[in-house]
Amino acid sequence: MNWEVVIGLETHVQLSTVSKIFSGSPTRYGSAPNTQANAVDMALPGSLPVLNRGAVERAIQFGLAIGAEISPRSIFARKNYFYPDSPKNYQISQFEIPVVLGGSLSFLVDGQPTTINLTRAHLEEDAGKSLHDNFPGPHGEASTGIDLNRSGTPLLEIVTEPEMRSAAQAVAYARTLHNLVVWLGICDGNMQEGSFRIDANVSVRPFGQKEFGTRTETKNVNSFRFLERAILFEVQRQIELIEDGGKVVQETRLYDSDRDETRSMRSKEDAHDYRYFPDPDLPPLVISPEWVAQVKAGMPELPQQLSERFAKTYGLTAVDTLQICHNRETAAYFEVVVGNLPENQGKLAANWLNGEVLAALNRDNLDLGACPVKALQLAALLTRIIDGTLSNKIAREVFASMWVGESGGEPDAIIEAKGLKQINDSSAIDALVDSVLAAHPAIVEEYRAGKQKAFNSLVGQVMKAGQGKANPQHVNDALKRRLDA
Amino acid sequence: MTQILKDFPNIASLRSALDARKISAVELTHTLLKEIAAQNALNAFVDLNPELSLEQAKTADQTIADGNAQTLTGIPIAHKDIFVTKGWQTTAGSNILKGYKSPFDAHVVEQLLQAGTVSLGKLNCDEFAMGSGNENSAFGPAHNPWHPQVVPGGSSGGSAAAVAAGLVMAATGTDTGGSVRQPASLCGISGIKPTYGTISRYGMIAYASSLDQAGPMARSAHDLMLMLDTMSGFDTRDATSIQTCRGVGNQIGRVKQDFTQHAQHIAQHGAKPFSGLRIGVPEEYFGSGLDNGVAKAVMAAIVQFEALGAQKVSISLPHTRLSIPAYYVIAPAEASSNLARYDAIRYGHRTEQYTDLTDMTARSRSEGFGAEVQRRIMVGTYVLSHGYYDAYYLQAQRIRRLIAQDYQAVLGSKCDIILGPVNPTVATPMGEKNQSPTAAWLADIYTLSLNLAGLPGMSIPCGFAPGFDGQDLPVGLQLIGNYFEEGQLLALAHQFQLATDWHLRRPEPRTGDQA
Amino acid sequence: MAITASDTARIAKLARLRLSADAQQQANDELNQIFELIAELQAVDTKGIEPLAHPLSIIEEVSLRLRDDAVTAPGGLTERATLMQNAPGQHEGLFLVPKVLD
Repeated sequence: MNWEVVIGLETHVQLSTVSKIFSGSPTRYGSAPNTQANAVDMALPGSLPVLNRGAVERAIQFGLAIGAEISPRSIFARKNYFYPDSPKNYQISQFEIPVVLGGSLSFLVDGQPTTINLTRAHLEEDAGKSLHDNFPGPHGEASTGIDLNRSGTPLLEIVTEPEMRSAAQAVAYARTLHNLVVWLGICDGNMQEGSFRIDANVSVRPFGQKEFGTRTETKNVNSFRFLERAILFEVQRQIELIEDGGKVVQETRLYDSDRDETRSMRSKEDAHDYRYFPDPDLPPLVISPEWVAQVKAGMPELPQQLSERFAKTYGLTAVDTLQICHNRETAAYFEVVVGNLPENQGKLAANWLNGEVLAALNRDNLDLGACPVKALQLAALLTRIIDGTLSNKIAREVFASMWVGESGGEPDAIIEAKGLKQINDSSAIDALVDSVLAAHPAIVEEYRAGKQKAFNSLVGQVMKAGQGKANPQHVNDALKRRLDA
Repeated sequence: MTQILKDFPNIASLRSALDARKISAVELTHTLLKEIAAQNALNAFVDLNPELSLEQAKTADQTIADGNAQTLTGIPIAHKDIFVTKGWQTTAGSNILKGYKSPFDAHVVEQLLQAGTVSLGKLNCDEFAMGSGNENSAFGPAHNPWHPQVVPGGSSGGSAAAVAAGLVMAATGTDTGGSVRQPASLCGISGIKPTYGTISRYGMIAYASSLDQAGPMARSAHDLMLMLDTMSGFDTRDATSIQTCRGVGNQIGRVKQDFTQHAQHIAQHGAKPFSGLRIGVPEEYFGSGLDNGVAKAVMAAIVQFEALGAQKVSISLPHTRLSIPAYYVIAPAEASSNLARYDAIRYGHRTEQYTDLTDMTARSRSEGFGAEVQRRIMVGTYVLSHGYYDAYYLQAQRIRRLIAQDYQAVLGSKCDIILGPVNPTVATPMGEKNQSPTAAWLADIYTLSLNLAGLPGMSIPCGFAPGFDGQDLPVGLQLIGNYFEEGQLLALAHQFQLATDWHLRRPEPRTGDQA
Repeated sequence: MAITASDTARIAKLARLRLSADAQQQANDELNQIFELIAELQAVDTKGIEPLAHPLSIIEEVSLRLRDDAVTAPGGLTERATLMQNAPGQHEGLFLVPKVLD
């Protein structure tokens, strides 16, 4: 039986506002329990919600970035269910008319361009947290602790059409979405802190079947690796179940990373009758075309657009730009470097940024913001390669010195201090070549006997004699001239 | 007879006395606390804090001494126990909130405190404002000062009783389906529910959010105006709070200015103050179901309006009857959601014995909520549930639009205001066991549609009719206006009260035979 | 439209109300009486009529007023103590509930 996998993702993105969606409490992470929850967040009698403009703006930005429709009039609805971390025992969300409709996200999966359509994105409030340690209750019973600091944090719930057909696609989508929301500055993207949580709706069906199979929902996955594992497990589980004659039950599941499996959630037995109705405390949210235009004007260039612009302007490939456009800092760094080099040096800049710079950052566990080599300094270094002062190899040495701040981190100062100028002078190179030829007659013989490898060996010897500073191209030419003379 | 009933027929008279130092706020507060205790059997109050009241009185006296007295400085009031208060417990008339101390004051409480009033305590009410007789209170029923064995009305029964008995000059109430107008009517006092959104609901324990509106209760329309002017105003903490009322800022002064303008206009007509005024009388309001005595008193009041120059116009509000099922779908639906927060976790009654969380929540709620509240939660949960939402909730909201349109079809074009009864009968005897849960609901027919439409409405005394025990009991006249026209309604009512004296009648003091 | 006993039980569960066996029966009877009253609504033809969720929208556009993104309630330990003073069960700043199994 050939099975087709059908995946749809719902991602809960915590928006980067300083205050909560319906109250003026701070959204900072990590404070002592219940020190960031006011009367509204605790649902005290008489409290009322008032919507945060910043949450709406971020939703608009997201909608524009994915080419979606911004609803001119959207409605907040109450989703009614009892749960201790949801103090009103209803969640203020959006149901029939969300703030963002449609849109799509394009990305590469194993080099293949893919576009996934989004159904919608809507605003809602986050719940608090349950701590399942055994706290002592009023009668000494084992109790769960409820912390409402997170309750009321603004969320944008982003829903895709069920168009993904593999775990790889799902992960690529998730990474791209993550990248985008961080790029836009609407979410800090910190998955450990719960800023970006993914629910995976997974089902299988025989290839060619039109109807979807029964799907399960695996909730609150907070890493890309876990997302992949969870989907793979779930697909396998469903296929095995069906092939054994069983039926997939529509249910909510959790991914257990210790056991690398998904399991059914016990507590959600209420068959989900959420009794949605428009929240009478919140009139309709009206978003004018003027406001949308204003938000649009203030938005940064999007990764997709930037990628295309870089590719066109600098002749870079998609793979080059993928890395460079990974975040705004990298893209900005690249633009400064390339802007301070002669024309048509985009590839050089890209190679160095994606190569040496990124490797050094990773090795030292630093963000680009903390990079010891500033963009202008890198440009200065690359200029010395372009003008022949340095070979690529020596340039890497200089880079290493710049990294640790030798000679103030300035390439020219280091080149001077270490005498690393590339040897371009033909008479100097000829002298080196002559000395090597004289010192290694055996290798010369091998070359004359037809062994090409001997030539490379001689090149190596000349480079060694010149301490690596000789211009490799000049060395090649000089050797050839001497040997073939 | 209490000192207030004896010496101060209205706020203005007390204002003069205070400013002239004939009486101090502290003295008056002492007296009132004694009188409240003496009339404990009324059960109008559910919480007192004498020290705090006296502290507020002292502050008021100082303000007066400094020459900074405002209109309401030193005036004794009290708040319906639906408004959260820092200094008194807030229960909403329910066991589920017994002993609850709010960390913040309601907007209305803040406004009145800022204006210098002295609060005497919290007033009894039907649980979560659900009821029309104050018999659904977990803290015992409140009694009608006109007769101890009849209801004061509800849900703001304690407020009406306290004002009618002269224990305070004015009180705050809330009106979701008539709960300010109806008890005012049954207790022979004045009460107004302003346009939805003009008074902030911040700190008002929610029953049905799109219907709830606060309103003052007092012994004259002029007093209502003074109270309403201070209570109204845009509040950023309530997203349904209105910023401008047909271009005029919703703030202190709006109602007063509107009232004054209309009062001046009326005064120009001399002996016929209501010349040019068209009063709509809905044919649907005078059908069967309306007690004869009540109908007589109300019609006499309408005749009085005509005698003062008004022109009566017969109008139709065809969807009147549907306001009952529409209200009893919408209000319970919103209530079922608003009351979900009472889960014994962050506050409120928690049951002693439980097996798990769900059990704890369910037992606590069933122990803490009274029968009427549980009934409405069940109805509300049902009409929102899967499969019924469209047929019940949405249908009710569509009918709500029809009802609101009924009023828009006549107000302005056919009539300037609408007059009618407030309640089909005078105050009914206490303890009447209803045959069906809906029997009481049918009596709300004249008041519900205003909440559905969001229009302002008020009740003023207009006579008496025979009731329980052969005793004559108060009848109220309802005045209904278009959106934001509370100033006009108050000015008209004020004029009516200049020409009549129903609002000056007092219940006979009863000592000893309080039930 | 008759409300069955299982309807009543399901609604009570959704609403977190615990009805004893007698109470169940009474609640069921009462609900049926109430729904007789409410049934009047169904007979009304409301084709083309939009639901009225916010009453004043009948005369003017009622739209949601927004607040600026700013911290106006900084919180903290003292504030927490005041806000949690009515909690039936608490421990080191956490609200306590009987253990929840996920």
